[in-house]
Amino acid sequence: MSFLVGENMTCGYGGADILHACTLGVDPGEIAVVVGPNGAGKSTAMKAMFGMLHLREGRVMLDGVDISALAPQERVIHGMGFVPQNNNVFTGMTVEENLEMGAFIRRDDIAATMEQVFGLFPILREKRKQPAGELSGGQRQQVAVGRALMTQPKILMLDEPTAGVSPIVMDELFDRIIEVARTGIAILMVEQNAKQALNIADKGFVLVQGRNAYKDTGAALMANAEVRRAFLGG
Amino acid sequence: MTDLLNALVIIANFIIVPGLAYGSQLALGALGVTLVFGVLRFSNIAHGETMAAGAMFTMLFTWLLQSMGIGFGPLPTALLALPFGIGAAMVLCLATDRAVYGYYRRVRASPAIYIIVSVGVMFVYNGLIRFVVGPQDRVITDGQRFIMKARAFKQATGLNEGLAIKTTQAVSVGCAVLAVGLLFWFLNRTRTGKSMRAYSDNEDLALLSGINPERVVLITWLITAALATLAGTLYGLDKSFRPFVYMQLLLPIFAAAIVGGFGSPLGAIAGGFVIAFSELTVTFAYKRVLAYLLPDSMAPSTLVQLLSTDYKIAVSFAILVIVLLIKPTGLFGQRTA
Amino acid sequence: MTQSYRNIMMFAGMAALLALVGFGQGWDIALLLLNMCIISAIMALGVNIQWGYAGLFSIGSMGFAALGGLAGVIVSARPVPGAWQAGGLGVIGGIVATVLTVALGVYVWRRLADQGRRRYWGTGVVVLIGFFVIRGVMGPAIAAIEEVDPAAAGYLGGLGLPIILSWVVGGLFAAGVAWVVGKVSLGLRSDYLAIATLGISEIIIFILKFEDWLTRGVKNVTGLPRPVPYEVDLIASPAFQDWATSIGSNATAAASIVVKLCYAGLFSVVLLLVLYLSEIALRSPWGRMMRAIRDNETAAEAMGKDVKARHLQVFVLGSAVIGIAGAMLTTLDGQFTPTSYQPLRFTFLIWVMVIIGGSGNNWGAVLGGFVIWFFWIEAEPMGLWFIDLVSSGMAEDSSLRLHLIGSAAYMRLLTMGVVLLVVLRFAPRGLIPEVKR
Repeated sequence: MSFLVGENMTCGYGGADILHACTLGVDPGEIAVVVGPNGAGKSTAMKAMFGMLHLREGRVMLDGVDISALAPQERVIHGMGFVPQNNNVFTGMTVEENLEMGAFIRRDDIAATMEQVFGLFPILREKRKQPAGELSGGQRQQVAVGRALMTQPKILMLDEPTAGVSPIVMDELFDRIIEVARTGIAILMVEQNAKQALNIADKGFVLVQGRNAYKDTGAALMANAEVRRAFLGG
Repeated sequence: MTDLLNALVIIANFIIVPGLAYGSQLALGALGVTLVFGVLRFSNIAHGETMAAGAMFTMLFTWLLQSMGIGFGPLPTALLALPFGIGAAMVLCLATDRAVYGYYRRVRASPAIYIIVSVGVMFVYNGLIRFVVGPQDRVITDGQRFIMKARAFKQATGLNEGLAIKTTQAVSVGCAVLAVGLLFWFLNRTRTGKSMRAYSDNEDLALLSGINPERVVLITWLITAALATLAGTLYGLDKSFRPFVYMQLLLPIFAAAIVGGFGSPLGAIAGGFVIAFSELTVTFAYKRVLAYLLPDSMAPSTLVQLLSTDYKIAVSFAILVIVLLIKPTGLFGQRTA
Repeated sequence: MTQSYRNIMMFAGMAALLALVGFGQGWDIALLLLNMCIISAIMALGVNIQWGYAGLFSIGSMGFAALGGLAGVIVSARPVPGAWQAGGLGVIGGIVATVLTVALGVYVWRRLADQGRRRYWGTGVVVLIGFFVIRGVMGPAIAAIEEVDPAAAGYLGGLGLPIILSWVVGGLFAAGVAWVVGKVSLGLRSDYLAIATLGISEIIIFILKFEDWLTRGVKNVTGLPRPVPYEVDLIASPAFQDWATSIGSNATAAASIVVKLCYAGLFSVVLLLVLYLSEIALRSPWGRMMRAIRDNETAAEAMGKDVKARHLQVFVLGSAVIGIAGAMLTTLDGQFTPTSYQPLRFTFLIWVMVIIGGSGNNWGAVLGGFVIWFFWIEAEPMGLWFIDLVSSGMAEDSSLRLHLIGSAAYMRLLTMGVVLLVVLRFAPRGLIPEVKR
């Protein structure tokens, strides 16, 4: 069993279920990517894993412990970090303050972690006194990822980190995400840009209508003719 | 040259000095409204009564101190009583939050419901205040009345026009500067203050960062209580303490907060002064000023007044409505509420 | 117990309370209370149309009630001889200039839509010039009008028509102003709309308070004619004296009661009419559409409903009803006192009535109007009685006891607040909840 795993997750937003016995998992140092058509429940799956939705069936296990009952804030304390798709920075606060707020639950010295984030995203060091709301889309995403890294999470979950950024910025962001994974952090992300994402993925999940359709290594999914035709545009 | 100086002194005496004092009071009130709006996300109709309650507590402690023979030299005794008044107002605000607002936060009530709830709180405060001290006009100002008297100024400068500065006006400005300085230090430099800004900026992300919303709310009420008590007491010192006046101050305060952009502390301060100076400049009679500045042949025969002083507060209502209609995000703020 | 049975019981209970006051404090007081209850109920119906039907969060009913009162003055006050000659033309010119200024201002504002700062400056200059033109035209006229018999008149005066006409005119006044207010402000989100309408209603009061040529301002217009007989005339009439004796009463007491009964009759007709029309509207497809808009604006808009136009419609209708009630109040008082319009009494208290009664339900609004007005007035004697009870152990001249007794009048504020908060928390749908159709 994986380090973080959501097993047989079934849930929705009050009405009909969106997810049906969906299972996702990721291990340290690994990049797992969730792809699928629009409305497949990818973002819902992320929210369910992070405790922002109540599971009707199934459970979420972290390092062998059932954390299904924990609130999102408590999951942060247990080493999970989450980067939402929208509104993922404090626009009125400076880059530095955004990172500080990311580390809010920590009581020890955060200077070293901030250095690491600046090392990963050098542009943020330059702009650290600027309000995050004034940055470009790609830079904002870097702030958002940096903010989530400030708790020194064991798992980083990203909901479409490259939504709305240019292809060049996307490539750069993916490079950084690979770097983050190399430090031993498990990465679970949802992506619209399925091809590029599967290229860097160790593991891929294809969701269709809230169910697991395919699960394999990134390379294998890329090679799978059926997956290519149906989801990757040939 | 002397004419010019005389004209300037009139303006200083009737517009600048009172405007700074009144603007400080409005700014402090507007800061409270804007903080509640930013963090708790509702327009607190009861804020005027919170100010009245804070001022009332301060007044009660002032009487206690006065009866014990304790004074504050040339400064009003109320300043010594202020910390106690603030403490009592904090207890009141926290109790109200526990008993009333907390529930609506849990059920995520709509802004309209919050406003109706705050109307209920307003009624309760209104009744409590009158129950305790009655509706009368009370003067709590003691100590030295003036820092500078008009006559002394005339003698010292040899000008025709006098400039008077009341102690309470100087105290208003001084306290406001101090309070605003402290507030901004807190919001920009401390961890808790930053977490408050973060929560106001993006509630969901603040939760994801592990910021405890109940703590943020608690701190917000404490600061709001302090600001409201300070604003209410300063206004009461400068004019006099009349419970019903604070309800009339509510709209100028909202006007200040909205002009500055609802939710923006810096905007609230700017808005306070914009409103104060608008009220004064629009209703001021410029006849005497112009008489100094223009040659005798052109001296005005009318008062040269845009609006009669009856409409003083209405000016702030008009600004409030106009800003809401043309630019609801405020004149300075970029942040959309 | 079914809901309708419960409702009947609650109205019966209300009637019993009024009767209790009649037996305890006298029928004169009970009838006055009843008349005010009816007016309150009509105002509550107006607010209910806006909030209950359509979810419009307007807290400016004070302004519309005052406009209704203004209609009472303009329709029924004695004409002031010479006032129109003195400044009528100037005032009309000023009003025309105001309309032109507003129209021109709006035109420039729209015309310069994408010109950044120039838009503000352009509109500002137009309004400023207009302001001076208005002042230039109206100033001398106003001064001349205020010169005419300043002790008794000093204003334009009314038309000297029967005051009952002002009920219609008051509704029209309120509707007209509501149309303008709604046109500019209904796009705002709920809490901004609330603050804007609160501000606008205060501005209306300021104008009525300080434009002496129109309303005599703080000098008040008194002695407005009545739609019902005067007590002195009744007492003087031999037939009435005989009748009073025949029912075992004296003429003075009977006259006072008969006059109030006449008012109650007239007011009841209006109340029943407004209630009937409100109920028809609420049950009609129009009412259904309003609820649809209230419950989900986006969905209603997507289905092709013109949400903005519907909101404007319902805002105007509700305001008109409040205006009618305002005119009735001035009729009952026989005078127009601009200073009496306080938001606490004419806006927030009406809201309490609607919430307690049950927003979205016309019967609820009526019951709320009755109950809340009743306790608003009776809270004082009840508070006094209560304080007497708790402080009965204290010495007769104990300062605390005296203080408490002196404060009994403020029990009403406290009671209203507590009742509002308790109902909102534990029975947010009110005494007579909205019927789900």
